[in-house]
Formats: sequence, structure tokens, C-alpha cells
Amino acid sequence: MDAIFNPADDAPECVRIKGVHKFFGAVHVLRGIDLSIRRGEVCVVIGPSGSGKSTLLRCINQLEGISAGRIYLNGELIGYREANGRLNSLPEAKIAVQRRSTGMVFQRFNLFPHKTAVENVMEGPLKVKKTPRAEAIRRASELLERVGLADRANYYPTQLSGGQQQRVAIARAMAMEPNILLFDEPTSALDPELVGEVLDVIRGLAKTGITMMVVTHEIGFAREVGNHLVFMDGGMILEEGPPAEVIAAPKNARTQSFLAKVL
Amino acid sequence: MSFAGSDITGARGQPVKQGRSALQKTDPREFPNRIILNNPTPVPHPGRWIAVGLLCIAAMLVLWSLATNPNFHWDVVRSYLFDQQVLRGILWTLVITVMAMVVAIVAAVSLTFMRDSENPVLRFVSWLWVWLFRGTPVYTQLVFWGLLSVLYPRISVTVPFGPQLFSLETIDVFTPGVSAVLGLGFNEAAYLAEIFRAGFRSVDSGQKEAAKSIGMGKTMTMFRIILPQAMRMIIPPTGNETIGMLKTTSLVLAVPFAFDLTFATNTIANRLYLPIPLLIVSGLWYLAITSILMVGQHFLEQHFGKGVDVAAIHQE
Repeated sequence: MDAIFNPADDAPECVRIKGVHKFFGAVHVLRGIDLSIRRGEVCVVIGPSGSGKSTLLRCINQLEGISAGRIYLNGELIGYREANGRLNSLPEAKIAVQRRSTGMVFQRFNLFPHKTAVENVMEGPLKVKKTPRAEAIRRASELLERVGLADRANYYPTQLSGGQQQRVAIARAMAMEPNILLFDEPTSALDPELVGEVLDVIRGLAKTGITMMVVTHEIGFAREVGNHLVFMDGGMILEEGPPAEVIAAPKNARTQSFLAKVL
Repeated sequence: MSFAGSDITGARGQPVKQGRSALQKTDPREFPNRIILNNPTPVPHPGRWIAVGLLCIAAMLVLWSLATNPNFHWDVVRSYLFDQQVLRGILWTLVITVMAMVVAIVAAVSLTFMRDSENPVLRFVSWLWVWLFRGTPVYTQLVFWGLLSVLYPRISVTVPFGPQLFSLETIDVFTPGVSAVLGLGFNEAAYLAEIFRAGFRSVDSGQKEAAKSIGMGKTMTMFRIILPQAMRMIIPPTGNETIGMLKTTSLVLAVPFAFDLTFATNTIANRLYLPIPLLIVSGLWYLAITSILMVGQHFLEQHFGKGVDVAAIHQE
């Protein structure tokens, strides 16, 4: 546990989620979520399939809109402009700007197949941030080196293994220098022998003090790397706290039965 | 060359990279004493040889008749293949093909965006266009374009309840050439719009999400991420349509536009009372242009297949 970065108790809030509900048609997917993530925290979210973990993550990145409640990123309300007690939807362009402060790593990688590894990583800085080309290439190469793929820079995604693709995807998310990195089950689509290399990269990032929110089924990893564990079921947060405590002595009956099955 | 333990060397003596992603390449001829390839006797296929024999005989008969049947008038074909009028016809055919395709592509891209728009009016207009232009014969449409000046002799733009901005004779704007290009282009747009739509749909929805997640807006996502991947699906059928368009230009007489290749060869044929050699002249030219277009299509496919179809080549 020693190497894990622990944010100070008074570290400023990075994400604040207040009373968030989400409906898909008549299906009530998120049922009143309240959550606060401080800067530098590694928040791991566990829970059974269909509990709303991924949806919550996608709401923070505004890939899904929310039906009720508020989400603040670094104190800024996202998705809306609030004036005189009324909410106005933000235009798509404004949302795109807000999205730059969140990086997302997808379960199925979603690398751009027509671009090489280094082109995938530099696409955001080059086109969205308008970083000069030479600078973007230099930064992208650095990031690829950090995820251990310096020698694969000019490979296309189809030429890389699943684990390598996911590491490129992490580098791509990092390239935008987001305030928070969101991981949506980053190892669920990988062969068992490739899971380790991706977890190693995430573990390395966790030590640098980047704020992260990781939806995962890897309980061991959650205990080792996380410093804030959230257990979700049925669209609600049933229990949260320091991972070691929650996993060793869950208070909620649902958490107990879930952990008994997966441990 | 050793073949033991970790000391594995490849075909040309460089060390072979070990690991999941680098499959080991071995030339069996370099290990003659170790690997004896099975080399089984293939299953005999006498039917194939008989088929080849029959086809050869048929081909010889066709060639023989081509060479000896005087009704082909090969001397006429030779003397008119590079005739001034024929060459001018080719030029006009190419001009109309290219311009009609440009009109079609621009219109089809707009139709595709409209079809996927959140605005129901735009969606309906796009649907209506496809329904109308795909649902009537292109010949009918061309005649209609030609008769536009009968339908509306003058085109004028007027501010409602206000002054007239300008007014033109329809026949000055919709000349036969313009009518031919618009008629062919608008009709083609209906088909291309469906092809483009299929192409865009073929791109995984995760790509749009990934582009959004790095902060890209709608337009940039379309041009940097979706379109390049959709092109892989769009190009083969669009190549088909371009070749189709080249030949459909032979219908522009309906407008009537009277300078294209088919019209030129028909005119000469009527003058000489020899239709067959001039059909061969136009056929050879259409074939030649199609062949050139196919070469172009091949290179376009290679470009947009980057990372998917030609990844293996690129790795070298």
C-alpha cells in the first residue's frame, strides 16, 4: 500500500455528483447517485453487471445525458447553463470543450483503425488543442514510452494485441491532459494473460497522482490501487469507503454477498 | 544454422522476434534434413481439363470469326477509331461524366447528412429526393430537364410582396449541357446517398464516442474519424456508379444533348449505313475508359484501406 498516492483529506473536489438519475426510456438506470471524488483520488467502482457503473462513468464524460441532478467537474456544472433557477442545455460545441477535461478509456479500446498508434495518441492534441505537429509527435512518443510501447509507434491497431491496443488507448486519453481519467472496464475484453500488462500501466499512473475513476471487476486490483471504493447495485451506491476496509468488512448485505461470490 | 533452444534465426538470418505479435516465419527449404514436407499428390480433376479444352475451342472459334467475318468491317473500325468527331465525343462524354458525378457526390453528401439529421423536415426532404429520383427512369428525367424551359419559360427571383431581384430566360440557364449534367447528377445522387448512408452506418459507434471523448466536435469527428473509415465501404460501389454513369451519358440525347460519344458514332453509322463497326468503335472506347477508371479505383481503395486491408504491407 505504501507506494499508492493518497490525497490529502482537504484536497479540492474534482468531481461532484448530486442526486443524479438516469432513465433509458422507462428503465431507471441510475437512482439518485451522490458521489464526491477529490483531486488525486483513485476511485474504483465495483458491482454486478447492469448496476449502472458504466452509465455513471459515461454521464461524467457526457456520452450520456442525465435525467435529473447535477454533475460538477472542478466546480463547473457540466451539460447545462444554470440561470435564474432554470437549466439550459449547452450547445454541442460547448460540451466538446468540457469533455476535454475528462479522458476516457473504453472496454473495447475504440482506437482509430485507420491511424497508427502514434497518430491515435496525437490526434487530440494536434486537431483539438492545435498543438504544433512536432510538439504533438514528441508528446505522443513520450506517452507511448510511458505505456511501454515506444517500439510500436508506427503500428496500426490491427497489428497490436488487445493489451497493447488498450495501452495505446490509455496514452491517447492521457494526451489531452485531462483532470480525470475514466476507465470503463478496461480489462474486460482482454485475454487473461494480457490483463496484467494493462493493470500495470494503470497502477503506474495511479502512483503519479492523476485523478482516476475505474469501473472494474478486478477486486484484487481495486483493493491494491484504489483509495476510494464504491459498490453499486441497482443504480444506487450501496456502500463506499477505503477499499481495504470495505472488502475486508462490508457492512451492506448486498456488498457482502457480491464480494463472497467474486473473491 | 542452428535450431535449438532460444537461438532461432529467420529466413535471412536475422533473429526472429519471439512473442505473440510476431509470428515466427520459417522457410522449410532451409531445414531440409529436419522438416520433410508431406507434399501429397493432389486430387485429380479431369473435369477441369475438359472445361479448359472446351473453352479454348470456343475462344478459337470466336477469334476466327472475328478475323474472317467481313461484316465486322475492321477497316472501317480502324479508320474511325481516332476520327475527329469520335474524339470530340469522348471528350464530351468524359466532361459530362465527371461533372455529373461531382454534382451527385455533393448532393449525396448533403442528403446523407440530412437523412441523419435531428430535424424531421430535413429527414423527410432527403427521403423524398431518394424516392422521387430513384423511382422514375433516368430517361424520363432527362427529357423532363430538357422541357424545363417549356414548363417555366422565365426564371425570376422576387422578394415576396416586394421588388423583383432578377429574371432570366430559362433556356439561357438550362442549356442542354447543364440539363444533362443536372439530370444525370440529381438522379445519381439518390443512389449515392444510399451508398454513403450504408458506409457511415458501417463505422462502429465506438469510433464516434472515442472521438467525442478526446473533445472533438461533430464536424471534425465526421471528417477526421468517420468519413475516412466509411470511405473503405463507399469506394467500391461508388466506382461501380461512376462506371455506370460513363455509360448512362449515352442517354443524354433525350435532353437533347448531341455531342457525346454514342451520338457521334451513331451519326457516322447513319451516314455510312454501317452500324456494326461504329458500335465497335464506341464499345472499345467505353471499355478503355472503364479500364482506366478501374486502375484509379484500385489506388483509392488502397489508400483508404490503410490500417485494415493494407496493414500487413505497411509494417515492413
